Amino acid sequence: MSEAAIQAGCRFFAGYPITPQNEVPEYMSRRMPEVGGVFVQAESELAAISMIFGASATGTRCMTSSSSPGISLKQEGISYIAAGELPCVIANMQRGGPGLGNIRASQADYYQAVKGGGHGDYRLIVLAPATLPELYKLTQNAFDYADYYRIPVMILGDGILAQMAEPVELTPYKPILKIPKKDYILDGCQGREPRVIKTLMLNPTDALVTHNINMQKKHEKITADLQLVENYMTEDAEVVIAAYGMTARVAKGAIQIARDKGLKVGLIRPITVWPFPDKAMMEVAKTVRKFLVVEMSNGQFIDDVKLAIQCSKPVEFQGIGGGWYPSVEGILEKIEEIYK
Amino acid sequence: MEFCRKETQKDVRTHYCPGCGHGIAHRLVAEVLEELDVRGKTIGTAPVGCAVLLYNYFNCDIIECAHGRSPAVATAIKRIQPDKVVFTYQGDGDLAAIGMGETIHAANRGEDITVIFINNAIYGMTGGQMAPTTLLGQSSTTSEAGRGNNQEGPPIKVCELLSNLDGVTYLERVAVSTARDTIKAKKAIKRAFLNQIEGRGFSLVEVLSMCPTDWKLTPVQGLDFVNTEMKTVFPLGIFKEKDGR
Ligand SMILES: Cc1ncc(C[n+]2csc(CCOP(=O)(O)OP(=O)(O)O)c2C)c(N)n1
Ligand code: SF4
Repeated sequence: MSEAAIQAGCRFFAGYPITPQNEVPEYMSRRMPEVGGVFVQAESELAAISMIFGASATGTRCMTSSSSPGISLKQEGISYIAAGELPCVIANMQRGGPGLGNIRASQADYYQAVKGGGHGDYRLIVLAPATLPELYKLTQNAFDYADYYRIPVMILGDGILAQMAEPVELTPYKPILKIPKKDYILDGCQGREPRVIKTLMLNPTDALVTHNINMQKKHEKITADLQLVENYMTEDAEVVIAAYGMTARVAKGAIQIARDKGLKVGLIRPITVWPFPDKAMMEVAKTVRKFLVVEMSNGQFIDDVKLAIQCSKPVEFQGIGGGWYPSVEGILEKIEEIYK
Repeated sequence: MEFCRKETQKDVRTHYCPGCGHGIAHRLVAEVLEELDVRGKTIGTAPVGCAVLLYNYFNCDIIECAHGRSPAVATAIKRIQPDKVVFTYQGDGDLAAIGMGETIHAANRGEDITVIFINNAIYGMTGGQMAPTTLLGQSSTTSEAGRGNNQEGPPIKVCELLSNLDGVTYLERVAVSTARDTIKAKKAIKRAFLNQIEGRGFSLVEVLSMCPTDWKLTPVQGLDFVNTEMKTVFPLGIFKEKDGR
């Protein structure tokens, strides 16, 4: 992920140590100086995200990464960055919560990631990779999405994704979007009018309402443009597992065994969890008998699945909070139980 | 208060109360930026506090930061654009309460920025609550009986505190409550910007400033409060000066 960011032109990184993502700032501290970028070990996540706010205001591609407790602290800055319509990339390698929790993998920050997290009406584009090659590719794309839509993009991973090893081809970065000229950056007003980046909007009295409307229009556009999803053996499936990230990967293992046993099971895996791939979900809902949601939490992602399919089919659940991860056998057992 | 027309200042009325120190401090910063001819390469930060609207008065690039986070924001801007002039402008709640962590660490890293710290011993914008720099015995809306009667601790002396950090280059406390003080304040501010332009590291100027409104005093009494009460607790002078980091 770190190298993907560097390849995509990320030249500013600020972070604060937290397991399980320390490899990211460690790598960045070595790599940034080599490419003429800036690495700062911040005094807290509050400071780190504020540094990202400043870095983004200069037009520099920038990134921070953390894990659950640290992401909670970053919510202040994320809200300001979203309000200021500035681009950046934020990685959350989720760990068990709430509180200090544990350092096992988790997906319990789902609501926080996709419903806003900080104060105010705003959204992040949230990408949920399931493999390291996908993490590599999505990290590069994340910088394009961020710049193109002027919005913070979150990479929502987990402790396993952050610490596993897997072969990745370090392909060079290829832009996937044409980035508009950055006409908002603060680099001194020599030869132009001074610019201001601000989020306080008192005057005129409807300025903040207008700003919110404009932001909602942007969110609508992203929702229309960008619903990424993987369908795996869904065409003839009677039961479809809905899962994202690492959980989906385990689910695939279970599906293969189920198929060998003659059970028609498939997988739908949102790659963007915001915007949520409603259309693809609804499509699957037309032909399937039941859904099974598997997630590493007590049930957050399941809400979006039910909303997407408008409760048109039964949705079963397998998940638990506190840093639990699913096993192939466990998922298989559940499939057999609900398949009838 | 009305500004004189200067390139770095906009020709508008400010929203500050009569007798407020912010207008004077703005004027000094603007004059210095103009004299150093750096307006076109300056990026300032607006705090959360009465000076949040400072982009309405300064004719240069400004970013409005979350409460207390200006030093972190400024750190990034300056590290990425070392040839630019970056300053923060912060009140005592912003700098010494919610943003103390950001202040100390930016100072200790020796970030090449200029910090203008407006100490008016009160939370101005929110209506006169106790600040970290409120004097012992001073009444506020959250310490009506006077600070010190309810375990609030004594006021924090920012220059003295930061002077212990080896990473800091320049610290001076000034006031804007007399003409002589104001002239000295301008010299200190100029020095703090020159330090940055010459790459010498972190400079902070603490400005003892008036908030007659929330002190419940007249503008003239406000000047007296700084001259008699505040200067006793917060002595003026240079607390640190180094040639470089
Ligand atoms: C996170 C957060 N907490 C609290 C506030 C409310 N708030 C606005 S201004 C302010 C105090 C400002 O006081 P100071 O920094 O001393 O500046 P002054 O107004 O006196 O110039 C506070 C607490 C806020 N905007 N954000
Ligand atoms: S409340 Fe105090 S600090 Fe704020 S503008 Fe009025 S006098 Fe100045």
